[in-house]
Amino acid sequence: MKPWILHIALIAVLATAPLWLSPYHATNLARIMVLAVFAMGYNLAFGYTGLLSLGHALLLAAGMYAAGLPAQLWGWAAGPAFIAGIAGGGLIAAALGLLALRTAGVSFMIVTLMFAQAGYLTLLYFAHVTGGEDGFAVVSSGRVLLGSDLSTDTPRFLAALTIFAIGLLASLALVRSPFGRTMVAMRENEERSRMLGYNPFTVKLAALTLSGLYAGAAGAAYALLFGYVGASFATIQYSILPMLYVLMGGAGTTLGPFLGALLMFALIEAATVLTTAHQFIVGAALVVLILFAPKGILGTIRERWLRWLP
Amino acid sequence: MAFGPFLLLALMEGLVTAAILALAASGLSLVFGVMRVVNVAHGEFYMLGAVLAWAVTTMIPGPPAMAFLAAVLIAPLLVAALAAAADGLILKRLNYDPEATIVATIGLLYILQQAALSLYGPNANPVAAPFTWRIQLPWFGYSGYKLFVVLAAILVLLALWAFMTRTRAGLVMRATQVDRTTAQAFGINVDRVYMGTFALGAGLAALAGVLIVPVQQAQYLMGHDPLLLSFIVVIIGGLGSLRGTLIAALVIGLSDGVISMFFTPTLAKILATLLVAMVLVFRPQGLFGAKA
Repeated sequence: MKPWILHIALIAVLATAPLWLSPYHATNLARIMVLAVFAMGYNLAFGYTGLLSLGHALLLAAGMYAAGLPAQLWGWAAGPAFIAGIAGGGLIAAALGLLALRTAGVSFMIVTLMFAQAGYLTLLYFAHVTGGEDGFAVVSSGRVLLGSDLSTDTPRFLAALTIFAIGLLASLALVRSPFGRTMVAMRENEERSRMLGYNPFTVKLAALTLSGLYAGAAGAAYALLFGYVGASFATIQYSILPMLYVLMGGAGTTLGPFLGALLMFALIEAATVLTTAHQFIVGAALVVLILFAPKGILGTIRERWLRWLP
Repeated sequence: MAFGPFLLLALMEGLVTAAILALAASGLSLVFGVMRVVNVAHGEFYMLGAVLAWAVTTMIPGPPAMAFLAAVLIAPLLVAALAAAADGLILKRLNYDPEATIVATIGLLYILQQAALSLYGPNANPVAAPFTWRIQLPWFGYSGYKLFVVLAAILVLLALWAFMTRTRAGLVMRATQVDRTTAQAFGINVDRVYMGTFALGAGLAALAGVLIVPVQQAQYLMGHDPLLLSFIVVIIGGLGSLRGTLIAALVIGLSDGVISMFFTPTLAKILATLLVAMVLVFRPQGLFGAKA
């Protein structure tokens, strides 16, 4: 029971945030929640199933374009466009998994990296449709959900919170389910799970597809809430970011992705006063985390004190 | 210009790409072969070579040839020293775990790139070529320096081959590659071999950067393309196989030159990246590698 109370309490606290945060910070928080959904998806693949992908930007961009392009070209409303975005992320993830999951370890990392790079270059190649590196602003008619305009502060925050809450609770339910245990079994010992009668390929494919649904939802939400779609979201940077969030918050913890996204965002925001060298902070954080705290913040807390933390 | 000379020009450009690529990729291949480390920061060592070449040539007065010679000697050494430090401070502490080292070298990539941006700036700066004579063909003139790059790369690769097969240090490196534990049992200082290998790999990338800079200008983001292409070359050639790497560099360099000339560079890169992904999925030992 304790994990559910903790997660619902976090969502409740976040729901009150617009009351005690300035509109600027509330919008940032909405952005963090959307990116945290992306990182939660990454965590399902990397943290729980042990699939270290370097190509998740492809899945984010798939959701983004699958939502943004129909809105732009055929005038879809926000609801159908969002669903198209989720489906886009899941479909591309399944296709990626069918090929990439034939490999493992370092090869898997490089294959996912290469497919994501090919996807990014394809977006540039068809720049007359996708807008290429410059991207395009999503038309305002495509950003209306149930009569409320998602480009205004309150509906945007509520939409981001809803997606985040559903994503968080779904991931909690998932990792506590039998299938979630099977995912962890793949991470811990693939051969032994195979011997127990599980098919590693289908389990990993399902985990990666779920991860793609999350990434697609995050991409679609980003396009519809912040009104911008561009090929820059398909670059390697956006494959590294969720990895960084998850490593910082704690791989294989349900709250880690959000905590990592929040801390990283705050760290860069705070450092902006001192320096414009954002990349340096990202790089140093990666090196320090992998050297001294490979389990991340919540992973360490779980190991030392709170054994029940999911 | 008729089709024939046009194709010749494309092939010559491709040969220059292949030469640079062969240098950079052999460094990557060496590091992967001996240490089993996928060095994502490899492109940044290439970039640092180019940027340091610019720094050295602007600091040293005198004729361009002298300044360039100094850059060829100094820049790769500095980069190799930096790589040795990175190995001792970061990679060694990770016990060369394949996945952890990839994350760490991604971090290193960001750090080096930001350092170049902060210290060197966002502009692209030219470096004067050591000599400027041109070769006049019946259809077009061609830069003599570019042909020198090809020649220099061939010489360096021959030296590398001789080093790996004819010297004791090369033997020790190959022994470590085959079996780390047994090499250690025979009294080989594996830590030192790893540090030297990482430095040598970085030095090769930096040398490639120095050689290309009179053709291409030095810029802090210039490491991206060589990193990707080196990956492509190393994987298609078979991870860790030096001979395969060279053949693949030639194939990729020449076809990149031809496809870029007749189609768009973007299409060439899309095809190359997809090819790599497919090779890794369906033929993990590489197109030319005999065994994994």
